[in-house]
Amino acid sequence: MSTSTTGDLSLTVHVWCQAGPDQPGEFVTTALTISPDTSFLEMLDCLNEQRMAGGLEPIAFDHDCREGICGMCSLVIDGKPHGPEQETTTCQLHMRTFNDGDDIWVEPFRAKGFPILRDLVVDRGAFDRIQQAGGYVSVNTGSAPDAHAVPVPKPAAEEAFDAAACIGCGACVAACPNASAMLFVAAKVSQFALLPQGAPERDARARSMVEAMDAEGFGNCTNHFECAAACPKAIDVTHIARLNREFLRSSLRPRG
Amino acid sequence: MTTQPNSQLHDHVPGGPLDEKWTRHKFDLKLVNPANRRKFEILVVGTGLAGASAAATLAEMGYSVTSFCVQDSARRAHSIAAQGGINAAKNYKNDGDSVHRLFYDTIKGGDYRAREGNVHRLAEVSRQIIDQCVAQGVPFAREYGGLLDNRSFGGAQVARTFYARGQTGQQLLLGAYGALMRQVGAGRVKLHVRKEMVDLVEVDGVARGIVTRDLTNGQFERWAGHAVLLCTGGYGNVFYLSTNAKASNVTAAWRAHKRGAFFANPCYTQIHPTCIPVHGEFQSKLTLMSESLRNDGRVWVPQDGGDGRLAAEISEGERDYYLERKYPSFGNLVPRDVASRNAKQVCDAGRGVGDTGQAVYLDFRDAIQRDGRDTIQARYGNLFDMYARITGEDPYSVPMRIFPAVHYTMGGLWVDYNLESTVPGLFVLGEANFSDHGANRLGASALMQGLADGYFVVPATIASHLAGRTLPPVDTSHEAFAEAEAASQKRFQALLAVQGSRTVDSFHRELGLICWNKCGMSRNRAGLEEALQSIRSLRAAFWQDVRVLGDARSLNQNLEHAGRVADFMEFGELMVNDALQREESCGGHFREEHQTEENEAQRNDEGFCHVTAWEHRDGDSEQQHTEELAFESVQLSTRSYK
Repeated sequence: MSTSTTGDLSLTVHVWCQAGPDQPGEFVTTALTISPDTSFLEMLDCLNEQRMAGGLEPIAFDHDCREGICGMCSLVIDGKPHGPEQETTTCQLHMRTFNDGDDIWVEPFRAKGFPILRDLVVDRGAFDRIQQAGGYVSVNTGSAPDAHAVPVPKPAAEEAFDAAACIGCGACVAACPNASAMLFVAAKVSQFALLPQGAPERDARARSMVEAMDAEGFGNCTNHFECAAACPKAIDVTHIARLNREFLRSSLRPRG
Repeated sequence: MTTQPNSQLHDHVPGGPLDEKWTRHKFDLKLVNPANRRKFEILVVGTGLAGASAAATLAEMGYSVTSFCVQDSARRAHSIAAQGGINAAKNYKNDGDSVHRLFYDTIKGGDYRAREGNVHRLAEVSRQIIDQCVAQGVPFAREYGGLLDNRSFGGAQVARTFYARGQTGQQLLLGAYGALMRQVGAGRVKLHVRKEMVDLVEVDGVARGIVTRDLTNGQFERWAGHAVLLCTGGYGNVFYLSTNAKASNVTAAWRAHKRGAFFANPCYTQIHPTCIPVHGEFQSKLTLMSESLRNDGRVWVPQDGGDGRLAAEISEGERDYYLERKYPSFGNLVPRDVASRNAKQVCDAGRGVGDTGQAVYLDFRDAIQRDGRDTIQARYGNLFDMYARITGEDPYSVPMRIFPAVHYTMGGLWVDYNLESTVPGLFVLGEANFSDHGANRLGASALMQGLADGYFVVPATIASHLAGRTLPPVDTSHEAFAEAEAASQKRFQALLAVQGSRTVDSFHRELGLICWNKCGMSRNRAGLEEALQSIRSLRAAFWQDVRVLGDARSLNQNLEHAGRVADFMEFGELMVNDALQREESCGGHFREEHQTEENEAQRNDEGFCHVTAWEHRDGDSEQQHTEELAFESVQLSTRSYK
């Protein structure tokens, strides 16, 4: 750890450690001095370097792009998925958000559908399986018509994009008191429901993805809207409303 | 290290007129009967644009596919972070674009160090890529009439770049990921996440499998197949600080190299001009600000060095818009290598801005005055927000501060026209190969190449291998698998056994600094020779003093990182050697000894109009080979963006 300079923050960081899926876990406390310009994950890097200097194993956490787009980083920070800043992933959270002397509590995303693998690392494979149930347009490579064959009204394209911005991080599940994955599923269903390319499969898609979500052990939506508040990409709950309409519509039609 | 070429590599580019080569080649290629395809097992490593699109397409065609990625989901691959756009010669803007113009711009942008045949094919299939992505529901930007919008990008004078706000890579990858998930759901692709390829397995000189390490429990596993596709990205993290994701690494490519795949042009690295500057010693990565910002942002520094005033206090006459001044016809939209080098020059001259002096301004004041804040926000809102989050400054009111950072690597495993490496049956796609960008990649061309390789090229060319060679049955009990697995286990045990005093990260940072200082934006012989010595000493120190905690049988991110850094140490030496032997400046490779009076890159077409490909030999030596580049359609000239 560097010597502290003016403006550095002195923090007490409590991080969840758990050796494996079936092992007991506990908070481990580390005192740390850090520049406010570092990112939250760089703070954890420093914490790990400090642990390793003392012969302790580093704490495992998921991360990859560190620019807020891959969705690999997670963490519940002081009770909030991705921490206190709105529309910000953990990797884009910077330490200037915190105050000198703060205690910071860091936990994994907790949900039945996201089993813990180690420390702060959880298994979000359930999201992939929900995607496999219908989160696509069935078009084989080479069979597409010219890109301009089907115009898409700009407002529909824009709204579809708003839904497509989902990074699949799982913060919606971690924030929901029911551990529901509705916002995640809604984002995908909504994107394709808004585009003509998604129309042929809309009934089957809504039905299959909701069934897959249920099968993975995620809860139902009871309109707490914690998901949208936690979403780093500001996916709106109106997409859940659209998912409900799509699901209802599909349930009124015969199965194909 | 041997420096004399001893053989010529054959690119297998078909004959005939440039614009007929791909069509003819597809006709001449052998085919695999649809009913026979399921008998072929294809191993695809990596799930970025190249890997996901290849795996999905091959499965659609009927092949049996097994796909691997190191992340927790196939959707995380770093293609997802590409911001600006994807080029395609659609000419929807009616501004004179064509396949030939995209081909020409790409060849010229690459400083005449790419293969004509490959680049022309890339330009041809660019149009189908857009069709495919739109059909998948990729929400590209549209105009009010409902048709697709385009914007311009560096190195081109037409607007041919399709985009989805500042998240084009994300949307394209999610399209390919959706296609992949469809095939996984249908049981035609078997997907394995959190598995890292640690070796390539060859039987009778043909790539027949891989060994992986499961990152959750350390288990080594063997996978046999009829072909292996490496879609594992670039090696930019050899510099430690780069715009790459933290898990991006050279291991799969390097392991293949050590098994016989030649590594081509490793010295061609792209330093992207518009990144957020380094803030301090704990910085773990650098963040790109999309090149699209240069459409409206103006790059400048104060006229005089040491000007400590705020940007707003510096009058128009005291500002030097150096790109507009030096390159009036392309202005702020010169190619990346030119923009980066100029930023370095003004900072070296003491005119840089910010606390460190290692930054230049990218100023939107004039664009906001001209078009209004709302328009600028609609174009770049998410990028401005990201900048504000990282720096704590508001780019609507003060200019962004930017500096070049390592972003992309044009070098990679050598492949022929079929994208097959020097190891038969080993195909290399996307950034992991060297094929299409020469010495400098143009903006919005990486997404194009990754998807071209995966959707359209390899699905056709792989038949040359599958139908053209006799491939006897091989399973994982073959001794070649046992040997590769044992060697991998030994390597990881060796890392744990050192039990030294320094962390893996400290070695990686030191390696990165050597590479950045001596083999970065500008290079010279003395510096490169010094770097070679430094890397060798550092590598020796690594194996004597690294401390890897934990064990090999659990989720151990420290051990993962150690394995990757060990390979970067070896690779770094090859990169520096390649930079040393290339006695010219071209694209991203700028040798100070070879520059014009105006400090522009000076190519040496007589001596170096070739690809350099390195063959790994026993005893850690590398043998140099060359592939001559023949230009039939394009006249080599000095690139001018003035």
